[in-house]
Amino acid sequence: MREINLETVRIVEGKAKVLREDILKMLAEAGSGHTGGSLSSADIVACLYFWEMSIDPNNPHDENRDRFVLSKGHAAPVLYAALAEKGFFPREKLKTLRRLGSPLQGHPDMRKLPGVEASTGSLGQGISWAVGMALAGKIDKKDYRVYSLLGDGELQEGMVWEAFMAAAHYKLDNLTAFVDHNRLQIDGKITEVMSPEPVADKFRAFGWEVIIIDGHNVEEIMRALNKAREIKGRPTVIIAETVKGKGVSFMENRAEWHGTAPKKDDLEKALAELL
Amino acid sequence: MEKQATRDAYGKALVELGKKYNDVVVLDADLSKSTKTSDFAKEFPERFINAGIAEQNMIGMAAGLAAAGKKVFASSFAVFAAGRAFEQVRNSVAYARLNVKICASHAGITVGEDGGSHQAVEDIAVMRAVPNMTVVVPADGVSTKKAVFAVYEHEGPVYMRLGRPAVPLIYDERLDFKIGKGIELRSGKDVTLIACGIMVGKALEAAELLAKEGIEASVIDMHTIKPLDEELIIRKAEETGAILTLEEHSIIGGLGGAVCEVVSEKCPVLVKRMGIKDLFGQSGKPDELMEYYGLTVGHIMNNVHNLLEIKP
Repeated sequence: MREINLETVRIVEGKAKVLREDILKMLAEAGSGHTGGSLSSADIVACLYFWEMSIDPNNPHDENRDRFVLSKGHAAPVLYAALAEKGFFPREKLKTLRRLGSPLQGHPDMRKLPGVEASTGSLGQGISWAVGMALAGKIDKKDYRVYSLLGDGELQEGMVWEAFMAAAHYKLDNLTAFVDHNRLQIDGKITEVMSPEPVADKFRAFGWEVIIIDGHNVEEIMRALNKAREIKGRPTVIIAETVKGKGVSFMENRAEWHGTAPKKDDLEKALAELL
Repeated sequence: MEKQATRDAYGKALVELGKKYNDVVVLDADLSKSTKTSDFAKEFPERFINAGIAEQNMIGMAAGLAAAGKKVFASSFAVFAAGRAFEQVRNSVAYARLNVKICASHAGITVGEDGGSHQAVEDIAVMRAVPNMTVVVPADGVSTKKAVFAVYEHEGPVYMRLGRPAVPLIYDERLDFKIGKGIELRSGKDVTLIACGIMVGKALEAAELLAKEGIEASVIDMHTIKPLDEELIIRKAEETGAILTLEEHSIIGGLGGAVCEVVSEKCPVLVKRMGIKDLFGQSGKPDELMEYYGLTVGHIMNNVHNLLEIKP
């Protein structure tokens, strides 16, 4: 159980702002990449890396560490921003995103960058890794916890439901999944492209504990994470209601910002809004 | 001659492996009685995970377990392990270079009566093309057992191809099985038979008969398709000037394809590929199918005769 108070909330909110700035800067520098879904999950990732998880950048392979799997691997910028801010690698490296030879690949590569727990990007696969890691924790009787972040469009991949079935079947209460429910995917609204709704009912039917929160309210994210620690005998999903492109008015709720990087003018305007 | 299916040897070897190393975890997708991982499940229930009929998630979970330090053996039929879960094998296992050993049984047409939908004829080709992947096709029970231990020691992903039917034992316990090192079972100067899996035993039988006709054939057990023992292939190409490849797999992209790639670039000699000629399988008894698709000892003899006729 982690402490929730004005101070801890304020610290995480500050970190989320840093992550958003870094996301925008590295994407503008790279000239391509996924802006909308990185911004929508910044508050969740900030909570995990700067409040919830036991991880040590000086000992990134500690057997007892908590693990985070970014199943929506295209949101790599939010992960890289968190790892840099946490001290896993020097911040200057953020500028190398998507460049030849950079450890900051377009989608996360665990073999290239310390702190990246899983090579993801092909949607649907990361949650299966997380289930495997949680199973390993049970086999080894370790108390580390495993977290995974999925997109809501990602729920269209059939294999995630195989993974959800397995997580409940094996009673993985050491696993907490987030759904970044921003309701948009590349081709438009998730409900128009291929509706995964009702998401909460589906998870309940699959045997998961379901918590629905405002994914941009740090205190609500914290409370949900503390509640998930108390749930025994089944995995928990935190369905985070979010806004794609959150924090930058001209990016918010716009599917065209899914896979578009800000240009120089956009960047200045966007950064000004974050201040 | 004593016989054993490679899948049976696999099941028994897994139990031995599990006794020796406690980081071994075994996964299956509701086929444990057929792939023989059920032996391990009985012995080590806490280290056996049934994924249900969900091969994609099985491979994904295998990646997560391996990332958490486990040595994972994941089994299903070859058509599902290499086919249904191909992209999970590619992106979650091979791209991440994890210790996941995909041990697929019921490969090839000797699956028999279940028919073409269940007979993988392209799995070697598909798995061989994936970077970081090692591909092993043992010939008999003894080499399968040795291969299981070698595969455990090997750092990184492996695809191991196993069969359904009982096949004659070729080796005894003295076998020194090394990944990437082909085994010259017989030396002859006229032609080289390079085989993998159940075709190794048939190649030996054929070589015996050819000797009676005065034809001296070399026989190579090329149990590792990748990394391929190029040195041995080049040496045999130089020594015999004619190669016949034999596999219970499509002639496209498998052992035959791999041998041709080496020979054509480094020591061009005549190569004839024996295998399934760009066709799906069908229902039938394993022996009937081997006859129908041209993979018997008699077919080997004919191919060698034809090869020697045109050999310069």
